[in-house]
Amino acid sequence: MPENKLEPSISIEHAAYLKSKKLYHWKVLGTQIILLIGFVVLWEIAGRMGWIDPFITSQPSRIWKTLVNLHNEGTLYYHIGITVLETVVGFVSGTIIGTLFAIYLWWSDFAAEVLDPYLVILNALPKIALGPILIVWIGNGSTAIIAMALLISLVVTILGVYSGFSQVDSDMIKLLKTFGATKVQILQKAILPASVPTIISALKINVGLSWVGVIVGEFLVSKAGLGYLIVYGGQVFKLDLVMTSVIILAIAAAVMYKAVVLLEQLFLKWR
Amino acid sequence: MKARPIVAINNISMKYQSTEGEVAALKNVSLDIFQGEFVSIVGPSGCGKSTLLNIIAGLIAPSSGEVLIKDKKVSGPTIMVGYMPQTDQLFGWRNIWKNVVLGLEIQNKKTEANINFAQKLLRDYGLIDFKHKYPSQLSGGMRQRVALIRTLATNPDILLLDEAFSALDYQTRLVVSDEVKQIIEKENKTAILVTHDLSEAISMANKVVVLSKRPGTVKNIYQINLTCNSHTPLGCREAPEFREYFNKIWKELDVHA
Ligand SMILES: Nc1ncnc2c1ncn2[C@@H]1O[C@H](COP(=O)(O)OP(=O)(O)OP(=O)(O)O)[C@@H](O)[C@H]1O
Ligand SMILES: [Mg+2]
Repeated sequence: MPENKLEPSISIEHAAYLKSKKLYHWKVLGTQIILLIGFVVLWEIAGRMGWIDPFITSQPSRIWKTLVNLHNEGTLYYHIGITVLETVVGFVSGTIIGTLFAIYLWWSDFAAEVLDPYLVILNALPKIALGPILIVWIGNGSTAIIAMALLISLVVTILGVYSGFSQVDSDMIKLLKTFGATKVQILQKAILPASVPTIISALKINVGLSWVGVIVGEFLVSKAGLGYLIVYGGQVFKLDLVMTSVIILAIAAAVMYKAVVLLEQLFLKWR
Repeated sequence: MKARPIVAINNISMKYQSTEGEVAALKNVSLDIFQGEFVSIVGPSGCGKSTLLNIIAGLIAPSSGEVLIKDKKVSGPTIMVGYMPQTDQLFGWRNIWKNVVLGLEIQNKKTEANINFAQKLLRDYGLIDFKHKYPSQLSGGMRQRVALIRTLATNPDILLLDEAFSALDYQTRLVVSDEVKQIIEKENKTAILVTHDLSEAISMANKVVVLSKRPGTVKNIYQINLTCNSHTPLGCREAPEFREYFNKIWKELDVHA
């Protein structure tokens, strides 16, 4: 168990163990930082020495300049904001709508069986192929981009959450039935709470999928957002802008993932 | 005058249907169980013991025959029957107290009297200090006791235990079955226990029902009278008659290794 209480007085061996453990942890962290700094420095030097062509590969100092420029123009936060918003709306709605759909399938075995082949096919289909259709149907804007993100995560969520529902221990459901529980009560008291880990892991997957959906959407719609900056930068051969946007994207995606992990810990503290 | 049985099983047969064919699980099973009795059901694996309990609990309907509980025909789960599954099935996301009141919550009976009763059960059986703990923080034996209290909290008259101790290790199992037996006796409940452990069946029960192999029929019923002064199942294993019952029922079961 993780919460074994520490003895009031730690033995020498244990202290030594803790110390070596800590040391190791710092060693890992230190190496990670050195690796990052080393990469950035090497990249910069390689550009300055002419080993690589900064026009094509960009360069840390150029990226920094681009960042400052974007900041001064004030457009940076606008583009980040749009992309982040679309992504959040995409994965949250994908998870919620997918879960609602999974509840429907759980509720009706008949519906689950009827829809099974369609879901399998939709799951296999690369949803990005539907992008142009979405734009024609919904219009050339944020809504289409969000729809893209939603679509990409929806089917995976339905299948994952539904299979989570089906794995709830049948004895647990039996127990509730002997108390006279209705189907709604079974859903509410057992199926949903037991599936919180499944739903959160779906959410985690959806964060990644939603980023893909949004960036592809922005590539197609090309109006605003980090995806737009990347496409635009590529078209006018401003690789500095492309690299900068990619790095911001990586940071934003990492922060969002971390937030979901924190959310997970909050929900699963009873474990 | 003969007392009326609290559970009357009248000529039950059960066939499970599937596309591969039908499986006859029970055939013409009749059995009367009286108020306050502790009945053990033993029989070879797959002979329909769980099926029988599920029918008594109203979870499945028999193909023919009927079960009467207090002279009323069973047609679905009733609050008179409490069920204890093989594993404790405590809900990990609920603390002990929330687990104990689960049944009351579902039956919409969280009255002050019922809450107090549940509190009293926890106190009586030494679990009150764990009220706010989560199931993962309790030992297997304690969890099983919580599961029993959860069942008792809705105050059913009849308890159904389907191999309720088989998930516990041997020592815990002896202790917990002892406790459970005492609790059930003290609360004056009627109990039906399905088990594979013959010693457990004999030491806990007033009556052992032996089912034949599938389709299960009642092969024999043993009235158990053990001369033991301790009156706990563990103590009763020392009784001189224990071996005799054990050997007789063992032969009856016709187990071939
Ligand atoms: N839902 C079901 N559908 C079809 N057949 C079933 C079903 N449930 C049980 N059976 C079959 O009915 C027979 C009796 O099952 P049951 O679970 O009642 O036996 P059991 O005596 O409890 O067995 P065990 O000792 O292994 O727990 C078995 O052959 C089983 O395969
Ligand atoms: Mg069984």
